[in-house]
Amino acid sequence: MNKGLREHIIRLFGSNTRLDGRKLTEYRKPFSLDINVVNTAEGSARVRIGKTDVIVGVKAEVMEPYPDMPDQGSIQVGAEFLPLSNPDFELGPPGMEAIELARVVDRGIRESKCIDFKKLCIKEGEKAWVLVIDICTINDDGNLFDAAALAAVSALKNMAFPKYEDEKIDYKEKTDKKLELKCVPISVTVSKIADSFIVDPDSEEEKAVDARLTVASLADGNLCALQKGGDYPLTSEDVMKMVDIGLEKGKELRKLIK
Amino acid sequence: MTYKERLDKRKFDETRKIEAKVGVIPNADGSAYFKIGNTWAYAAVYGPRNLHPKFLQDPSKGILRCNYNMMPFSSSGERVRPGGSRRSKEISLVTEKALLPVLDLEEYPNSVVDVFVELPQTEAGSRCAGICAASMALADAGLAMKDLVCAVSVGRVDDKLLVDLDYLEESYEDVPVADIPVAMMSNNDKITLLQMDGLISKEDLKKVLEMGKKVCKDIYEIQKKALKAKYKTEAK
Repeated sequence: MNKGLREHIIRLFGSNTRLDGRKLTEYRKPFSLDINVVNTAEGSARVRIGKTDVIVGVKAEVMEPYPDMPDQGSIQVGAEFLPLSNPDFELGPPGMEAIELARVVDRGIRESKCIDFKKLCIKEGEKAWVLVIDICTINDDGNLFDAAALAAVSALKNMAFPKYEDEKIDYKEKTDKKLELKCVPISVTVSKIADSFIVDPDSEEEKAVDARLTVASLADGNLCALQKGGDYPLTSEDVMKMVDIGLEKGKELRKLIK
Repeated sequence: MTYKERLDKRKFDETRKIEAKVGVIPNADGSAYFKIGNTWAYAAVYGPRNLHPKFLQDPSKGILRCNYNMMPFSSSGERVRPGGSRRSKEISLVTEKALLPVLDLEEYPNSVVDVFVELPQTEAGSRCAGICAASMALADAGLAMKDLVCAVSVGRVDDKLLVDLDYLEESYEDVPVADIPVAMMSNNDKITLLQMDGLISKEDLKKVLEMGKKVCKDIYEIQKKALKAKYKTEAK
């Protein structure tokens, strides 16, 4: 990170502004959420925050349930940092950052208990639905975490199961069967640069981030998943401040849910 | 049975609906998407940029490197496992060969031009859509080009010759089918990609390539319009 740029970013925070003129806890515009953007997927959504652009698709598969949970289906989250979306991304299997993103999105959904995994069971011990959620980046200009989490939950919320008959999935035929979500988890990543807290860093600001905290929350204000990232530690006061911002901004993002 | 009318009521020489846009990925040096029916291809160009590992470098010219990839949810059937397959490797290769003839990379020794083709959604004709998008993205990146490359699939279903086969036509089982993806340089009609699966007579191949030529001219106009549209909006 260019030292002068970092100092400039911090100086701007002193007058509650940022490189692009935003307030510290303001998301970029345009901020859009589109659902059902890919008709080959069982569910899909696209989120654009400023120049960041992410598509998430859900494919439904039928597999044997895990032996320790014979009456439950499951979800699986993968993230592809496509080299088309950032000159620094390379071809090849997902790196550590892509795996962290996928796991944070996974936990936000799983730990909210929004999905009743028992309802995904078709036949105990034999067949159950597995919902495979794939995150694909189209353009990475920072804050992939919030974009991916919002797109993932929206894709699930609007998915339709394909027809399943005689132990075979007919992907060509979608049914009316939807996935019931008991609640909607919303993730907000709060970043700390020097002594200031911001949301939605662009890729320039992201290089200056000392620490970040992803806060997944529910409509009732409870938290359902947390993930601290970045090279520097946080005090518990920092954490509480970041959680407050996460909850506050979460309410805003929740309004976008379709 | 004869194939009297196309299942989606198109004329035999009519493509599915096409939509093209340039400048869709801000991080890229050049980018575009090309939609034809339900098939949707994005292309991003990065470069000319440094090429690593070093032993791949060519001191006499830059090299072109293409990668074709279907997103995991892009197939109407089962999920596509990420990480590439033999099929996607082959398509990457033929895409490269389809685009190379229009480029002049001698100005960029030791460098690479990377073209990434990504498909969010597919239903037949995906390599052709990828080539159309990539060609626009290369032009958008400002690379010196002799021409644009336009691609479409042509072929036959039973006794009918047709263009832009959709999935049902491609996989017709009761009658003979030929699926021929072809890419052409629009100004001199030279062919830069040609593959075929199926059965066809020599005479029909000749006829159907002529049909492809005509369609490629239309695609060329769509590509040109999309390129111009980007610079019009920038001028505003």
